[in-house]
Amino acid sequence: MNINGIEIRKFATFIEEIFHEGGPVASKPLKMGAIAAVIRNPFAGRYEPNILPMMDQLRPLGLEMSKRLARALGGDLTAIEGFGKGAIVGAAGELEHGALWHVPGGYAMRDLLSNAKAIVPSTKKIGVPGTRIDIPVTHINAAYVRGHFNAMEVGLSDAPRADEMMLVLVMTTGPRIHNRVGGLKASEIKGEDGLR
Amino acid sequence: MSAKIRRLVTMLDETHLEMGRDIVPPTRRAAAIAVIVNPFAGVYQADLEALMAIGEELGDLLGRRAVAALGIAPGAAESYGKAAIVGEAGELEHAAAILHPRLGKPLRAAVEKGAALVPSAKKMGGPGTPIDVPLGHKDAAYVRSHFDAMEVRLNDAPRANEILVAVVVTDSGRPLPRIGGLTKDQVEGKDGLR
Repeated sequence: MNINGIEIRKFATFIEEIFHEGGPVASKPLKMGAIAAVIRNPFAGRYEPNILPMMDQLRPLGLEMSKRLARALGGDLTAIEGFGKGAIVGAAGELEHGALWHVPGGYAMRDLLSNAKAIVPSTKKIGVPGTRIDIPVTHINAAYVRGHFNAMEVGLSDAPRADEMMLVLVMTTGPRIHNRVGGLKASEIKGEDGLR
Repeated sequence: MSAKIRRLVTMLDETHLEMGRDIVPPTRRAAAIAVIVNPFAGVYQADLEALMAIGEELGDLLGRRAVAALGIAPGAAESYGKAAIVGEAGELEHAAAILHPRLGKPLRAAVEKGAALVPSAKKMGGPGTPIDVPLGHKDAAYVRSHFDAMEVRLNDAPRANEILVAVVVTDSGRPLPRIGGLTKDQVEGKDGLR
């Protein structure tokens, strides 16, 4: 598959439904979803000074992944409350290649989720097939909402190969299942600065 | 309550060469890790105050140890992050209780300032589980060159009744930043974002 010149080898979508974690069973289960795209890294094996054009080139892929993930979580965009993103760069690439995902991954989700206000938290690393990555998660409109701080571990046994990158988006439908450590609540958000 | 600490580990990660290019001075990240006994392993405890107090202690201890590992003045720290892995007899919320209510304040004291949110990750895991500690600039979350992560892992932790807590501090961003965005010399450092 090819989206805007980005060569995609595979998509993988993961959905977790969490009912409880040893405590009271929640009235509404928490869903955490991740989508990974395994793409060819055009810069593998060499130092390319000007990698910026690829950032814009990735935008349609970001949007496609956001839509696929939202659909996999039930399709109701208003149910999405948390998000995060990340990238694993195959061994012939460079950490900076993973940084190309910041803008297209972040803006795609924020656009789809009606201009969500908060910064999209992220991680990146170099890895090999089977490497897993922890994608940090925060509330989509106010990064300090304490119940929504979370993370989801994602990985694929066959990716990324040396000349590939694995790009990841995560969305969640609510706070941690037994959240009870106080702090700012989703119901108290002002939603102006993306923080509170 | 004070944390029952089984191990303290410090890792200093210096990158001198990236994609064949010399990095001078090297970019540096330091992780300070504590493995503690989980006082609530195996039970559902509604009130997590004891873990919040432990978070406050560890913010100070691990923040100072990470800065010391870098050998820098506190003000020279540039980015930070935090994470926890809860052993299988605990629950994810135990990580939240350590990381979110009180760990940040003493960590910010250890790096001087820290207007920005401390990025975090948490998970359940057993001995050998790695965790990616997300990193962001300490005063302005949108500094693009400082978005990063550091993977930490201890072969023997966390056991079922333990929690692994990690704090990472850096004195630099990624080795070869060149994707634009806000740079560190443009930081106003007031709202924590820009």
